[in-house]
Amino acid sequence: MSITESSESVFTTEEEESFSARYSLWIKEALDELPHNFTITDPFIPGHPIVFASPGFLKMSGYSREEVIGRNGRAFQGPKTNRRSVMEIREAIREERPVQVSILNYRKSGSPFWMLFHMIPVFGKSDGKVIHFVAVQVPISGQEHHRKMRNGSGLSGDMSDYSEMMFGSCRREVCFGHLVHQDRALPVEFDEQELENWEHCEASESEKLRAAEAISNVLSVLTRYSEFSGRLVCGKRYCLRGADCLSSSLVISLGRIKQSFVLTNPCLPDMPIVYASDAFLTLTGYKRQEVLGQNCRFLSGVDTDSSVLYEMKECILEGQPCTVQILNYSNRKDKSTFWNLLHISPVRNASGKTAYFVGVQVEASCRNTESKELRPETRQLSVVGAVRVAVRSSFMVTC
Amino acid sequence: MLKIKRVPTVVSNYQKDEAADESVGCGRNCLGACCINGARLPLYACKNLEKTGAGEKLVLSHEAKEPPVAFLESLVLGEWEDRFQRGLFRYDVTACETKVIPGKYGFVAQLNEGRHLKKRPTEFRVDKVLQSFDGNKFNFTKVGQEELLFQFEAGEDGEVQFFPCMPIDPENSPSVVAINVSPIEYGHVLLIPRVLDCLPQRIDHKSLLLALHMAAEAANPYFRLGYNSLGAFATINHLHFQAYYLAMPFPLEKAPSKKMITTVKSVKISELPSYPVRSLLFEGGNSMKDLSDTVSDACVCLQNNNIPFNILISDCGRQIFLMPQCYAEKQALGEVSPEVLETQVNPAVWEISGHMVLKRKKDYEGASEENAWRLLAEASLSEERFKEVNDLIFEAIGCSNQEEEPEGTIVHQQNPSGSVNQKSNRTHGGPITNGTASECLVLQ
Repeated sequence: MSITESSESVFTTEEEESFSARYSLWIKEALDELPHNFTITDPFIPGHPIVFASPGFLKMSGYSREEVIGRNGRAFQGPKTNRRSVMEIREAIREERPVQVSILNYRKSGSPFWMLFHMIPVFGKSDGKVIHFVAVQVPISGQEHHRKMRNGSGLSGDMSDYSEMMFGSCRREVCFGHLVHQDRALPVEFDEQELENWEHCEASESEKLRAAEAISNVLSVLTRYSEFSGRLVCGKRYCLRGADCLSSSLVISLGRIKQSFVLTNPCLPDMPIVYASDAFLTLTGYKRQEVLGQNCRFLSGVDTDSSVLYEMKECILEGQPCTVQILNYSNRKDKSTFWNLLHISPVRNASGKTAYFVGVQVEASCRNTESKELRPETRQLSVVGAVRVAVRSSFMVTC
Repeated sequence: MLKIKRVPTVVSNYQKDEAADESVGCGRNCLGACCINGARLPLYACKNLEKTGAGEKLVLSHEAKEPPVAFLESLVLGEWEDRFQRGLFRYDVTACETKVIPGKYGFVAQLNEGRHLKKRPTEFRVDKVLQSFDGNKFNFTKVGQEELLFQFEAGEDGEVQFFPCMPIDPENSPSVVAINVSPIEYGHVLLIPRVLDCLPQRIDHKSLLLALHMAAEAANPYFRLGYNSLGAFATINHLHFQAYYLAMPFPLEKAPSKKMITTVKSVKISELPSYPVRSLLFEGGNSMKDLSDTVSDACVCLQNNNIPFNILISDCGRQIFLMPQCYAEKQALGEVSPEVLETQVNPAVWEISGHMVLKRKKDYEGASEENAWRLLAEASLSEERFKEVNDLIFEAIGCSNQEEEPEGTIVHQQNPSGSVNQKSNRTHGGPITNGTASECLVLQ
């Protein structure tokens, strides 16, 4: 509902790289040729944005490609979108598993439509990491309701005989009479206000089949083009994620935190950075690929006080939080230095073991002392808290 | 009089054993008259719902990306982490092992051996949902000010207002958010409406709406608020809600629901046919206030009928679960099975929602869906009693529940207190006191 004209309609490099890193040339052209309505999202880019939208999807939603790329799938939801479906999709992403569910979405024009949403994770074959999520959307034609209504007892609006289970048959609040007279042209001439009031809309078997078929076609294109690049993707997880690789759900949760911070993994040699926030990259002037896998010491320089570094090391060894002020060297254009008010805390996973250290940076000169804001110390600690919640739960996945 | 013995949860570092002398003058920076002068605390005033338009608009995030951490969330997390690093909690809850129990429902189990240590079992009266406030017992005016995080109020403006350092005005009793020093998950806090007014644990319309505001403004579906009535495992008779973060769905939230009725104000009420605790789900409504008021009417009805209950506020205030229960009563009558009792798990709101906090390692290691189910089933009303209770509720909120009739047969009458028809044959979870409702009311 909320996609509006945006000045930043040009694809960012991250969204481009999301594809070029994995697939050979012409992947997008190959995907363009598929007739299905689908989007591909990258959970490792903050905000979990759409990195590809098929022509069919654009036609169905009424948006241009520029308006869709970089947006999160939630942008198509609206006031009457059924919350249970939203929850199911959220949980499937969190657990990195497929899901097939009907959901009420909205076109650019604001008109609602029911569709069958079928999503799968795509994994890297060698590292078990989720590369993308592919989501196929099949509009629900309404033919099925038609049939179900005929089978029902009364068509005059007495709905009480219907099973009203959320996952049962299609139903809506008011009455069905109107719908019965409609036939093949349903999606076009349908009273849209009515559509919104449906609590659930079950797709037909043939629609479910079509969705599954589309998924398999998209997946086979992705697989083929990843073969050419030598970095294979697949629809099944062949191996467990490596220790240096965060789950996509953790990355999505961390992406909500807009301040500068990194996660480092103390279980890996030299305690490398395994996550860096966008704000950290802005603050330090480095690119994500330049910092991931590195120890934080690249931020230090000749004038950095070694006693502060020692103090930090001690705290990390003891598993204690600490706050220091330290001179850091940026990679910004002017290669400037800055005073970093740095807070470090150990972060435990669901088993209660320290899984990461979080380092939250506040540039000392930029300390916001505006009276209507949170104190900088509180803001800094709020990052620690948000990271703790995200890490603790990301290790509690059932599957 | 029905009583059970249990180890009370220590929610504040100033909560002494009941026997301890509470009369000492202060010097510990509490919220009493002795220390309140000059006390300051951040104040968060949330958006005025009426001014920002419909409730649904407000809670629905129209963000095109994953929404960033909301201001209120930052405030809660930042202040909580501050108290954590200052060592105010009795244990580090993130060091408590936790897991999802394999099975269809996905119950969450946590091993928490520290929560119930160092405290003697205390007697709790469980047969009166409404009891008057007793200033001699522990209450939240006795907590130290360092345990308070901020003042929270429903604002006048269409925008959030924040004042980092606002004097506490004893004349205008503030609602406050405090830490629970025995957290069951990260960010475990207590919302105490109008703390200085010393309200007993009893739902009123204004306070429930305040709790809904908090859920909406926190804007995170994994931050829920919960409420336990007396007789349903509230340990402190001073009005409070609880809240914490658990970034996964509760089994209660995932349970399929079956619609029962829609009220005149479009509040949809459903039951959860396959959940072990028979519960009602309230959602929708023309505004958040409609939703809140409908649930409040239902709670007032339960309170007046002396039926213990729990509330879970979910999905940023869009969904409210109401669970009448009878575990404590059965326990007092010796009718709970010994194996269930032995685990010493009290089915309060979090347990009923599917988050099991286990005290013994062997229970944690042997945790199974079956065990969780068995515990919760003990808390549930019987089918027959649940129907009776529903009838009372629907009458109180002005809806008769006549499933056979088509939509549109909504009774347009307001019946806030309601005449109460009580059955004299007492079944499990039946009215504890026989007789009329008024006899159960405790007037202050």
